[in-house]
Amino acid sequence: MTKTLIATTALIGALTGPLVSTAMAETIGISIPAATHGWAGALNYHAKRTVEMMKETHPDMDFVLTTTPDSGRQVSDLEDMVATRGIDALVVLPFESEPLTGPIKRIAESGVWVTVVDRGLAQEGIENLYVAGDNTSFGETAGDYFAQNLAQGDKVVVMRGIPSTVDNERVAGFEAALEGSGIDVVAMDHGNWNRDTAFTLMQDYLSRFPQIDAVWAADDDQAVGALAAISQAGREDEMIVVGGAGMKEMVERISNNDKTVPVDVTYPPAMISTAIEMTVLGLTSDAPLGGSFVISSELITPDNAADFYFEDSPY
Amino acid sequence: MTMATAVKTQSQGRRLDLQVIGPIIALIALILIGMALNSNFLSYANITNVLARSAFIGIIAVGMTFVITAGGLDLSVGSMAAFVAGLMILVMNVLTDTMGVTLPVILLGIALALIAGVIAGLINGLLITKVGIEAFIVTLGTMGIYRSLITWLADGGTLSLGFEMRELYRPVYYGGIMGISWPIIAFVVIAILGEVVMRHTAFGRHCAAIGSNERVARYSSIAVLKVRLATYVLLGLLVGFAVVMYVPRLGSASASTGLLWELEAIAAVIIGGTLLKGGFGRIWGTVVGVLILSLIGNILNLTDFVSPYLNGAIQGVVIVLAVVLQRKSAADR
Repeated sequence: MTKTLIATTALIGALTGPLVSTAMAETIGISIPAATHGWAGALNYHAKRTVEMMKETHPDMDFVLTTTPDSGRQVSDLEDMVATRGIDALVVLPFESEPLTGPIKRIAESGVWVTVVDRGLAQEGIENLYVAGDNTSFGETAGDYFAQNLAQGDKVVVMRGIPSTVDNERVAGFEAALEGSGIDVVAMDHGNWNRDTAFTLMQDYLSRFPQIDAVWAADDDQAVGALAAISQAGREDEMIVVGGAGMKEMVERISNNDKTVPVDVTYPPAMISTAIEMTVLGLTSDAPLGGSFVISSELITPDNAADFYFEDSPY
Repeated sequence: MTMATAVKTQSQGRRLDLQVIGPIIALIALILIGMALNSNFLSYANITNVLARSAFIGIIAVGMTFVITAGGLDLSVGSMAAFVAGLMILVMNVLTDTMGVTLPVILLGIALALIAGVIAGLINGLLITKVGIEAFIVTLGTMGIYRSLITWLADGGTLSLGFEMRELYRPVYYGGIMGISWPIIAFVVIAILGEVVMRHTAFGRHCAAIGSNERVARYSSIAVLKVRLATYVLLGLLVGFAVVMYVPRLGSASASTGLLWELEAIAAVIIGGTLLKGGFGRIWGTVVGVLILSLIGNILNLTDFVSPYLNGAIQGVVIVLAVVLQRKSAADR
């Protein structure tokens, strides 16, 4: 009952939307997860920054930015955008792939340009444009670094994120890169991309293992927690910590040649800017822009750290 | 702590029924399991870690025991802690600019955290007692408000204390006397004070009376609204105090700070034998409850015993078991 109601409102919205907007400004809807952890916070920062910038360069365009704490709310947000704002294009970072696939598919079918960011949909071929980081390469980059810089038999502990596809792909890439290197992954537990959880987890790793040579924290927030626990135990000289994403504080430590934090792996939250700008271009220009655009993960080293340091970013 | 609680039980227990010793049995069982699974479990470092990390939830849970005993509930403490922590960091950073990296900045920051906690508790309390809204709804509302406020203050990111200030403030979490770190000392002192207030003062008995039967309490000329208001203010103060211990640990606060602390605190209170519907509260039980919750997490991290995906399930089972142990005899009462 509600489903058909929603579907019809969505349909009416979709039908009236383009009609209204041909006469008036084009509207781009942007739906992203709320800032519940550092990376998502930076995502929000870059989304807002890009919208401000685009408004200046394209005064004829309207932008609707919503942030959402869960999949259910995101579906409602999308319905509202279509029904009441008559969007012409949608930039969406799905909170979860499965539940959002249906609603986004309906919007795409109604003729709205859809750009999906970072988390792919469960069904292929729905979106016009897919902009994402490469989670497998994120794990591989860290794994390759360990394989090249650690000795055979060295012991590594791993902090995983919130259980999700993103996390699984990263860990799979990491394990694939380590295969055959003789490096021993002694433990893997979830730090949930949270500083406090990572802090307690690292404390417990330190009590559990007398020898740890490297920590793959897989996220810079987790790395912050892990580093605090390691310095509490006074074991900074025994191990290296590799995080991920490219947080300001970590990049700074790398450029200062910190022994404990030698490198970091990027997973740029600014990919939302890439997505918004390409969508605007897709609406305004005739250049072909469909397909997928994958931003690979790079290794931040003391040599190139300056390129990854953004003074004003909150992350 | 276990020593103290055990002594307490004996002096108090005319007969040691399961209702009283249930949580202690669960705690001892967990300690034995921990010892069997990992030889480092009883090491000084691990014990210190577990007790120190229990301190935040523990200090809050002591306040929560009073609120629940008086028939109330507070869902906002986790968000409140995050908000107070964010506020404290912001103000300390501003003060550092004018006053430099000095002790007065820390003292002002501590004072601010305590005052902010009291005000936040007062707001909850006044809405519940004066305006007469259900505690569940009021604190559900303030929970969302404080969580949004910290996200807004931090602009979606993380608020961090300046590096030098962090170094100066750091000993409050990591330091201590005679090898016992400050958070542990603070937790013990708060728990003992709480136990004394609950058992031996008019305030503690009034809380139990109100939670047990509000109307009778009112006819007995107990200032019901004042006592109830006081429980929320006390809880707010203790949240502020927990934040004072929390901020020096990582020197940062974000939207994910204090997530689900309210549920952990409430769970600890109930595991400890306090009745969720009010009327009976036990501070030492709450302390045992907090330790049980921390130990489960610690033991799961120290072993590969179960898939990490199942951590939440193990915690759930232990919580329910600890409460079942008590309910058996509660039926006999």
